[in-house]
Amino acid sequence: MLSAKIKDKYELVVGLEVHAQLLTKSKMYATDSTEFGNMPNTQVSVLTLGHPGTLPKVNRRAVEFAIKMGLACNSTITRKNIFARKNYFYPDLPKGYQITQDKGPICVGGEVPVTLSDGSKRSIALTRIHMEEDAGKSMHLAGEVDTLVDFNRAGVPLIEIVSEPDIRSSEEAYAYLVEIKKLVKYLDICDGNMEEGSLRCDANISVMLKGAKEYGKKVEVKNMNSFRNVARAIEHEFERQVAMVEEGVEIISETRTFDAATGLTASMRTKEDLNDYRYFPEPDLSPVVVSEEWLESIKVAMPSLPRELHHKFVNEFGLPEYDAGVLTDSKEIARYFEKLCKKTKNYKAASNWMMGPVKSYLNELTLHIEDFPVTPEQLAALIALIDEGKVNFSVASQKIYPELLKNANKSPLQIAQELNLIQESDEGSLKPIVESVLAENEAKVAEYKSGKKGLMGMFMGQVMKKSQGKADPKVATKLLSEILDN
Amino acid sequence: MKVDLNTVKKMAHLARLEFDETGAEKIKNDMSQILDWVDQLNEVDTEGIEPLTTMSSEVNVLRADEVGEHLAHDKALSNAPQKDSDYFRVPKVLE
Repeated sequence: MLSAKIKDKYELVVGLEVHAQLLTKSKMYATDSTEFGNMPNTQVSVLTLGHPGTLPKVNRRAVEFAIKMGLACNSTITRKNIFARKNYFYPDLPKGYQITQDKGPICVGGEVPVTLSDGSKRSIALTRIHMEEDAGKSMHLAGEVDTLVDFNRAGVPLIEIVSEPDIRSSEEAYAYLVEIKKLVKYLDICDGNMEEGSLRCDANISVMLKGAKEYGKKVEVKNMNSFRNVARAIEHEFERQVAMVEEGVEIISETRTFDAATGLTASMRTKEDLNDYRYFPEPDLSPVVVSEEWLESIKVAMPSLPRELHHKFVNEFGLPEYDAGVLTDSKEIARYFEKLCKKTKNYKAASNWMMGPVKSYLNELTLHIEDFPVTPEQLAALIALIDEGKVNFSVASQKIYPELLKNANKSPLQIAQELNLIQESDEGSLKPIVESVLAENEAKVAEYKSGKKGLMGMFMGQVMKKSQGKADPKVATKLLSEILDN
Repeated sequence: MKVDLNTVKKMAHLARLEFDETGAEKIKNDMSQILDWVDQLNEVDTEGIEPLTTMSSEVNVLRADEVGEHLAHDKALSNAPQKDSDYFRVPKVLE
């Protein structure tokens, strides 16, 4: 382990390449299904298998999905798109080339805003987002002499989101990935599942002395199947590279693989020692031209983005940053909350209900908000019951809410009435209860009057007990103090 | 344009081709000739002309995102030099 003092001399420089599988029904250039998890080599066609004489044809929706991501990241959308062949021989690539974009990616520039744990905000600059196709899946099984190849995945549409070398800590990398995942899920263009490989990340990592003008030699790390592992790989590479520089050992630009078991990276010894992809324009595809009308139609169909909702929740609803963060974590939660806020104006109470009782119910049963039995209307009605002083929060959350979950057809008011929970806020009916409590506790009343003000809580408890929890605490307190303090 | 033997070796590696010394010599000469011939294009002044990427003047030849016919599984595997009932089999890529 390096001392903090040594590490402090260096700056970490990271750029991330994220591949996102697009949620189209069919592949990028062929009509094969993209469905996940079927029998191997059943979702293939002559095109996917690279048979001679076959011609690709671009999936319109995949182009639209790429544009959506670009719009969400404030990228410039390229109006005339051409495709390129990236040539290399590998068993998972039957054509011998991948159809991708080289010069003129569909989205140029842009940024992804991130918030770090200390509350500070940064924007990570993007280089580009381009469209391409996935390769097949190779399996290298232990004890097997061959590599097995499944081409169901070959040709599935991907976008590759390339960041500038703009990331300065593993925490920033993590936050960036969380944001990318949130964006693709809000846009409904990728399911964001890193474990299943629908979101994949490679990291270009280098170190340099603080204040240096030139970046160090970069190392590309692959094979990290979770956000946490990306952060771990970055932390390890920083240590490894700083130690090398300190010892005067030259860092070589190479591809390394991350081992989740050890947290270490190791050089990948591949037979392909020189990468020369010999890009050239794909002659089988005509250009894709994004007209003003087409772009406009995609713009108007864009859903609200997490940062827009976050802004709305903070500025229009007056919620704390923390609440807005939790409520925009997923599109579905945010959507439910928006509906709820159309029915109630008590936004903070609505937020508390979402972050408290609603979330804990969903977590407990591992449900999604789509399966939540209580409608926004009912939850708003429950909040109204509290605001009107008919029930207090603990009765609402502990007695009415569980009933509502079991019986979503009833209104909160109905349940409150049936269970006889409507709060007694009528002074006339509460006064006898207060008086009898005080009459039964003469000694305590004397103590209170001689200065033991803490006894108020005990009197309240008795009133609550006698009223079977229905006494409105505000009215009861008022009545108690009127009698005791006079 | 003269092609040297190293270029031939590099191209052969990238294309996964193998040939012996005499073969390499022949290929080297062929490649040189081909490049010389194509080199004639350099005589044309292309200043200010947009690169041609496709022979067709069409744009936006797109298709709707719909699933079409798949190749039957046994047919898909039928041309493979090595296969089993599910997979294409290739020499082991990773150790």
